[in-house]
Amino acid sequence: MSDPSEALASAKAAADRIVKVKRLNACLTPISELRKSLVAQASAAHPSGVLYGMPVAVKDNICTLEFTTSCGSKILEGYRSPYEATAVAKLKAAGALIAGKTNCDEFGMGSSTEHSAYGRSLHPFDKTRVPGGSSGGSAALVAAGAVPAALGSETGGSVRQPASLCGVVGIKPTYGRVSRSGLVAFGSSLDQIGVLGRSVHDAARVLSVISGRDPKDSTCEERDSLRLPTVPESLQGFVIGVPKEYFPQDLDPAVRRASDRAIRLLRELGAAVREVSLPHTAYAVATYYIIAPAEASSNLARYDGARYGPRFNGSEDVRALYRTTRGEGFGPEVRRRVLVGTYVLSSGYYDAYYRKAQQMRALIAQDFRNVFDRGVDLLFTPTTPTPAFKAGEKLNDPVAMYLSDIFTVTANLAGLPAISMPIGRIKGLPIGGQLIGQAFLEDEMLEAAYALERAVPAGEEA
Amino acid sequence: MAGAWETVIGLETHVQLRTLSKMFCGCSAAFGAPPNTNVCPVCLGLPGALPVPNEQALKLAVRAALGVGCSVHPRSVFARKNYFYPDLPKGYQISQFEQPLATNGSLSYLSPDRGIATATIQRLHVEEDAGKSLHDRFPKQTAIDLNRCGVPLIEIVTGPDFRSPHEARAYLLTLKQVLEYAGISDCDMEKGSLRVDANVSVRRPGDTALGTKTEVKNINSFAYVEKALTVERDRQIAVLESAGTVAQQTMLYDSKTNSVRPQRSKEESHDYRYFPDPDLPPLVLTEEFIAEQQTLLPELPAKKRERFVEKYALSVTDAAVLTADRAVADYYEAVVHAGAEPKTAANWVMTEVLADAKDHGDGLRVAPGALANLIGLVRGGTVSHQAAKRVFAEVAERGGEPRNVAEALGVMQVGDAGVLATWVNEVLGTHTTEVARYKQGETKLLQFFVGQVMKASRGKADPKLAQRVLEEKLTS
Repeated sequence: MSDPSEALASAKAAADRIVKVKRLNACLTPISELRKSLVAQASAAHPSGVLYGMPVAVKDNICTLEFTTSCGSKILEGYRSPYEATAVAKLKAAGALIAGKTNCDEFGMGSSTEHSAYGRSLHPFDKTRVPGGSSGGSAALVAAGAVPAALGSETGGSVRQPASLCGVVGIKPTYGRVSRSGLVAFGSSLDQIGVLGRSVHDAARVLSVISGRDPKDSTCEERDSLRLPTVPESLQGFVIGVPKEYFPQDLDPAVRRASDRAIRLLRELGAAVREVSLPHTAYAVATYYIIAPAEASSNLARYDGARYGPRFNGSEDVRALYRTTRGEGFGPEVRRRVLVGTYVLSSGYYDAYYRKAQQMRALIAQDFRNVFDRGVDLLFTPTTPTPAFKAGEKLNDPVAMYLSDIFTVTANLAGLPAISMPIGRIKGLPIGGQLIGQAFLEDEMLEAAYALERAVPAGEEA
Repeated sequence: MAGAWETVIGLETHVQLRTLSKMFCGCSAAFGAPPNTNVCPVCLGLPGALPVPNEQALKLAVRAALGVGCSVHPRSVFARKNYFYPDLPKGYQISQFEQPLATNGSLSYLSPDRGIATATIQRLHVEEDAGKSLHDRFPKQTAIDLNRCGVPLIEIVTGPDFRSPHEARAYLLTLKQVLEYAGISDCDMEKGSLRVDANVSVRRPGDTALGTKTEVKNINSFAYVEKALTVERDRQIAVLESAGTVAQQTMLYDSKTNSVRPQRSKEESHDYRYFPDPDLPPLVLTEEFIAEQQTLLPELPAKKRERFVEKYALSVTDAAVLTADRAVADYYEAVVHAGAEPKTAANWVMTEVLADAKDHGDGLRVAPGALANLIGLVRGGTVSHQAAKRVFAEVAERGGEPRNVAEALGVMQVGDAGVLATWVNEVLGTHTTEVARYKQGETKLLQFFVGQVMKASRGKADPKLAQRVLEEKLTS
């Protein structure tokens, strides 16, 4: 596409499709504002850009100049960022159209999009179920065909888990591959912007555009943007490890069947598949739920009502201002994590929790290095232990909710790239498989994903 | 009563680094801009904004660390110090905690009690400044100015090494000298670019354990350092002597009443929950980088003082005065290099030059070469020392070559015995009584006659020649 009239048509069509799936509560931007902005963006976009005219929705915790950035939270209701995220600036520079802000669990804290202050998003194929989270709005919009791709963000699986539950592709790049500037921080050492797309190619080409060095982020690696691989004829020469810890006894039978078939397909494509072990996997969720809340408790300290965001009644002195702003502005899951995080960093508990968790994190990362050092190129695992669960099912059981990230948090803890892609269905609900790659070797991971995507039979029940 | 007690003081000094921009963003670090104009998403702590370290600030911090003899660590870690305050927009300050930039330094200074003493520098770390809360600008409201937010700071922590408030002050002045010398900071306490907190305790002489300490804050000027510490020291002694115990707490100094009061516990943060800042990778400094900063460090005051004593045969006191300020020391050396005799040059710089500088905003108004020439004129007998002071003042005010100025002022000494004889005859003619007394043996009147000749010549007579001519006439 390089014709301005085509870009305009694309913008209008995207707005129409987003209106059509309004019932999903996936897009938070009011439709009239969205339509107006898309048209304006289409006429201003650079026709030479590689994503010219492509509508890309953006998770609500990524700063945009076009729309509000509320992070799914009441505490940032109506907040307009005076600057935009580097990833968003790069998308626009490539000619993409920012197609609204997508619903998410508040500040990315959740796995179902039920923890949004703006209501839950619906699963596109079953309104009684959740689309996953926290990037559930992005996943639902892509799955419903409203946009070809959307930005999400990950701290413990928030792109891959909803991608898996909604039957789309979700990529979490290596930590440091994409600038975090403008991504509202949750757990800074784990956070990374990711991409959801209807195909590996759609997700990968958006990732390629947003990746690369950024002087505004000290943790972003000094590297060129990701080069897209070509679709390989076979996976001859690839060694794919299957970690046994990711196939527990109580794994959902349909997930197991779909995973076994994917492994068989990888073999048929020419890859050597071998079982491997990542012995510290069992500690990953506990480790994650110390480190992420610790960082969150500090990252969310700035929301005190003094400088921006709404103020609530009873702000007569500064202590009261803090109390009411944070007490009423944050939802229960955010408050829970801020409390946990504050506790684990307190003097007297720091060594027992935070320091120990950092040590465990190093061991988990070492597990991966050990496997990769022994000639394994990639790992294959299921993305989630079950298909999409019912709304409300885990809302009052935080630990059950946390365990839906059990296969995804490890890549965040180790900073590795990972991709979730559809590998089958059960009773109409998608099942996702995950490839975990080596740091900054997204190209290898994407090659295998291209091949597997072509080999998986569409729409077939597992 | 203080005699029976030993005072123990340690200082924590915060120093703003002299950089153009802030520690983690590109905003101007200048003092005095209209409120909230030097700000951006990073220093405002807006959602999603990230810090990027300022390399110039790191260079200055490393130079400061080397200047106070610290080992600079090849790897240090930025940490978050978490506390809620409206002028701290992120809810945490980026600082360093478990792994600071530098440790184990020492700084020798001239103690008024003990001569040359050494303060141990326990650590030096880098951090960012907070904004300012203005409580007196609007009635019943607090205004916040975030211009200062993110200005680069170093914190320099000494051991409990000082034994009196004036010793603590002497250290602080030496530290200030070092930092000013190396161009690291303005060290202006009134502008807040240097701030001091002190840990104070007392104990019986001979005790090895430290007494319970308090932290004294809010010392806003060099003039108050000694006062605040003395007030707190005396308070503690009074408490102990009335059989009380000193509570470990923070005391705020009030310069208006010259008193301290305990900080309300609500104002204190008890647990800063330090942890490594995940937004900033560990600070890794190469050996080359550190070595380069060492080469960029100028000769520091103590070294310079020693060299002045050795090279120019000055007393330690004179050398200390001349090296107190780097510009003055450089000026002095330029005067000597222009040919002035070192001891005479030192006297001139310490008296006329510093007095003139004091009255003219620290400006050194007479060029070193001109001063050297003027000193030469005195030495050669062309201008008297008294007249030379007038010439100096004139050159300082209006410029010009000292010789020309002396001529224009009519103060060139008259060395012609014939001309002098006229004044001598005039003086002897009008003081016949004194002449008679002289001739009867009161030879000490000679100086009186010399003075009269100088007066008659309005300072132009060469006093040595005048004396010779007088002696001749009086004995003939």
